[in-house]
This record gives sequence, C-alpha cells and structure tokens, in this order.
Amino acid sequence: MNAVEEKPNRIIKREEISEGASKSLQRRAFLFQILSFLSPLLLLLLWEILARLNAIDVRLFSSPSRIFAALVPLVSSGELLYHTLVSAWRILLGFIVGAVPGVLLGLSMGLFPPVKALLQPLVAVTFPIPKLAVMPLILIIFGLGESSKVFTIAIGVFYLVLINTMAGVLNIDTIYMDVARSFGASRVQFYTTVALPGALPMIFAGLKLGMGTALLLIVAAELSAARAGVGWMIWRAYDMFDIEKMFCALIVLAFLGYIFSYVLDFVEKVVIPWKNR
Amino acid sequence: MNTTEVIRAENLTKIFKTRESEIVALKNINLSVKDGEFLCIVGPSGCGKTTLLRIFAGLEKQTLGKVYLRVKNTEKPLTAMVFQGDSVFPWMKVTENVEYGLRMRGVPTRERREIALKYLKLMGLEKFAGYYPHQLSGGMKQRINVARAFASDPEILLMDEPFGALDEQNRLILQQELLRIWEGSGKTTVFITHSIDEALLLGDRIIVMTAQPGRIKAILEVGMARPRDMLSIKSSPPFVQLYREIWELLREEVLKARDIKLKK
Ligand SMILES: Nc1ncnc2c1ncn2[C@@H]1O[C@H](COP(=O)(O)OP(=O)(O)OP(=O)(O)O)[C@@H](O)[C@H]1O
Ligand SMILES: [Mg+2]
Repeated sequence: MNAVEEKPNRIIKREEISEGASKSLQRRAFLFQILSFLSPLLLLLLWEILARLNAIDVRLFSSPSRIFAALVPLVSSGELLYHTLVSAWRILLGFIVGAVPGVLLGLSMGLFPPVKALLQPLVAVTFPIPKLAVMPLILIIFGLGESSKVFTIAIGVFYLVLINTMAGVLNIDTIYMDVARSFGASRVQFYTTVALPGALPMIFAGLKLGMGTALLLIVAAELSAARAGVGWMIWRAYDMFDIEKMFCALIVLAFLGYIFSYVLDFVEKVVIPWKNR
Repeated sequence: MNTTEVIRAENLTKIFKTRESEIVALKNINLSVKDGEFLCIVGPSGCGKTTLLRIFAGLEKQTLGKVYLRVKNTEKPLTAMVFQGDSVFPWMKVTENVEYGLRMRGVPTRERREIALKYLKLMGLEKFAGYYPHQLSGGMKQRINVARAFASDPEILLMDEPFGALDEQNRLILQQELLRIWEGSGKTTVFITHSIDEALLLGDRIIVMTAQPGRIKAILEVGMARPRDMLSIKSSPPFVQLYREIWELLREEVLKARDIKLKK
C-alpha cells in the first residue's frame, strides 16, 4: 500500500536569496580556497616527516628540505634561470614553427575539399607515429644544434594544431558561410571574417594540447646532444645521481607548464572576447 | 525578360537528392517579380519557400528551369538576404555585423560605421552597438540580421520570415518601419512570411504555394492603397475578403502537408 497520501492544495514556497545564505556561500568558497592551498603544504609536510623518520629512503625520494637546500644555490647562481630560459625559448620557437603552418594547413584542409583529399591520408598515416621515434632521424637531418630541438617540438605541436583547426573549420555552421557568400565575400575575406574566427576556439584547444606535448618533447629532445636546458639538467642529474637537482628541474617544468597555460588562457580571452563564458 | 521585370523564373524545379530519397522541393515554378514590387510568399512549412529565395540569392542551384535577375546598378550588390534562422556572426560586435556587407564591398570604415548606426537606430539597437551577440536576446539578434541586409543597400531584398522570431510589439513597429523604408526606396523585395496579416499589410502581390512539392497555387493582387498601416486596413472590406481567400487556400495546403507528414 502506498503510505504517502497525496495532499491537495499544498503550497511550495520558492525562497529568495537570503543574506545569510550568500554569506555562508562566501564562507564556503573561502574555506575551499584554504583547502586547496593547504593540500600541497600538507603533502610536503608529510613527505618531510616520513623522510625524517626514515620511513622513506631519502637517497631515492629526497625530502623537501633537501630539495630546498639544493634549490637556493641553483637559483642564486643563476644556473636554474639560465636553463629555464634556454628551454622556454626552444619551446616558444618550436611552438611558433609548429602552430603557424598547422593553422594555415588546417584552415586550407577545412575549406578546400581537394586539399583535404590530398593531405588527409598523409596526416592520418603520419600522425600516430610517436614523435620520439622520429627524433633520431631529426638529429641526423638537423644536426645537434638548436634546430633539432625546435623541430622536434614543432612536429608535436603541428599535428595537434592542424587537426584541431581543421575540425574547427568543418564545424562552423554553414549558415555563416552562406551569409559571407551572399554578401559577396572574396576568398581572403572569407578566411579572415568567417573561417579563422569561427575556428579560433578549436585552434586554442589544439594549442593547449600542443603545450602539453611540447613539455613532454623538450625533456626528450634535450636528452641527446644538448648542453643546456631543463631537460638536460634532469639527464645530467640522472648521470650524477643528484636526486635533489632532478626535483629542482621538475619544479621548473611544472612552473613552465603553469606559466604557458596561463599565457595561453590570457591570449585566448583577448583573441576570443565573444566566447560565452 | 521584359523591361519591367527584375526577377524571372521559368519552369523552376529543385530536387534534393539524399542517399535514401529524393525530395522535390520546388516544381515548375513560373513567376516574375516586377521592378520596385513588394512580393510576399506564403505557404505551408517545408513547401520550399526558403529554397526559392536561396536560388534567387545564388546560394543554391536549381535542378531544372531558368532564373534571370536584372542588374540595373553595378555599384550596388544585386541581392541581400535576411536569413530565417540566427545568422548573426557571434565573433563580431553588433556594428561589425551590420557593416558586414559594406565591408565586403570595400566601403571605407567611417562611412560604413555611419550607415550601420543609422540602421541600428531604426531597429532600436543603437545602445547595443558595441555588444557581442551572445549578450543579446533572440529578437534583438533577428533585428541585427535585418539591419545587416538593409545596410548593404542591395537592388533586391530577399527576406525569409524576418519578423518571425520577434515579439508582437516589435513586429508591428518593424513592419511599419519596413514599409516606410520601402516606400522611400522603391526596392524590389521578396518577402516570405507565415502571417497572412503581414503579407496583406506589406505586399503588392501575394503568392500562395502548395504543400510539398512546392508549386504556385495562386497569385493574388493586393489592391489596397498605400501608405498602409495595420490599424486602418485590418477592418477594411478588401482586407477581410483577401484574408479569407488566402486562409482558404492555405488551409487546404497545410492540411495536405500534415497528411504527408502523418503518412511517413
Ligand atoms: N539541403 C537540403 N538537403 C535536403 N533537403 C532539403 C535541403 N534543404 C531543404 N530541403 C527540403 O526541401 C524542402 C523545402 O525546404 P525549405 O527550407 O525551402 O522549406 P520552407 O518552405 O522554407 O519551410 P519553413 O516555412 O518551415 O521555413 C523541405 O522538405 C526540406 O526538407
Ligand atoms: Mg524556410
């Protein structure tokens, strides 16, 4: 038997936003901020305690205080900054060298079916090749200098940007193409007023993915035949069994990734002010 | 094509071929639009009105038959279309959207800004000139769509249910504005609507189309004197008479269209 009796004429009240409720929401937001600030600190603390208690092997896992002690001279001597700048510069160059042709080709493939028919199979076959597997070839072709590192990163970024840009163009609502056509847009005008702005959100999605790949590739690229860079630092520290230095380099990589994604987000906001957030 | 004609369609047929079926959207359309005429087209949903307009605009190719358009002034664009759905570019500000046609023709920035502002004022949107479309309501976006077509100052205006998504009050105001602009410019206009009231208020002639496949069922002359306004014509005998006539014609077709849909 159904025990709940249907009450007729029941009145439900929709509550207004109360002062107290919005206050408590604010308090909660503040609390969450503290929590997300505390969690890394707690982890560091736990790490340190475990290290002090010899619960973990400090020769392998080091400890926050040891890493900090190693970090100070690296920073003050300018060594860390130097390696960071070298890597950042390679990433930046590789990013540009990969992204620009990626966008241009992606737009062309999205807009012109013959270009797509021509290049799609090539892209489909070469995209799955791990970029790391191509590195020795790149080294042979480009030599041991800067260009081989830049090019390794460029290749990784290129594919992601290309594929996303093409998808971005193909997903533009056809009504916008009709509008451009009906108002007599030339090919160039169509590129600049419809195809490019319409594909921008996807292009940025590709750039962000490319960023992750670039960080991955810089470490690998600096493994061989480099004399500087954060990746080189890691491999050098590996050779010397200098765990603290390794952690310092990892911190730099995390920092670089954070900065780059922050910059990308910022540029995206500037370039796509119309995106509904 | 005789000298008073601006658009002429002869035995126009449009068939959409899809993998599973063929849709005959338009069948044997013969019509001509006279210079300076305001032609309204009504018909059941899916009868091919939009398709016809797209063929006139050069956005679609007919399967059979001939279509001619007269170019009188090479300085101006031949056609401008007000699209049925939301077609405002989300990545351009309101003014940039309205200026679009002028920009494509290379009109200098300052000049086209002025023109855009003029039409934004007409649409009651000048306050929103610097906004992005996502900050506007659906009805406001539709008015931008209309302003964009007007601003490009074409020889032939093609309007596909331009006021369909508007609220009643704005619709009445914009219908009146459209009439005022049209009476001033004498621009040849082809106007699709599902409102018989609207067709009678605006049109010199009204074409009633059949349910799919779209054919011309009847062409009616709206002899009512201009300038017209909704309040005074709505109760006049010719209005009532024509309204009934068109409704009878349309009712048959709408029922037929529903029948087709039910059978599928
Ligand atoms: N690109 C297309 N591919 C296939 N079929 C289409 C295409 N465009 C239109 N049709 C078909 O052609 C017919 C006419 O479409 P159209 O858009 O011209 O109708 P309409 O009269 O404008 O309808 P509404 O009043 O609902 O806007 C419909 O049956 C539609 O399904
Ligand atoms: Mg339509």
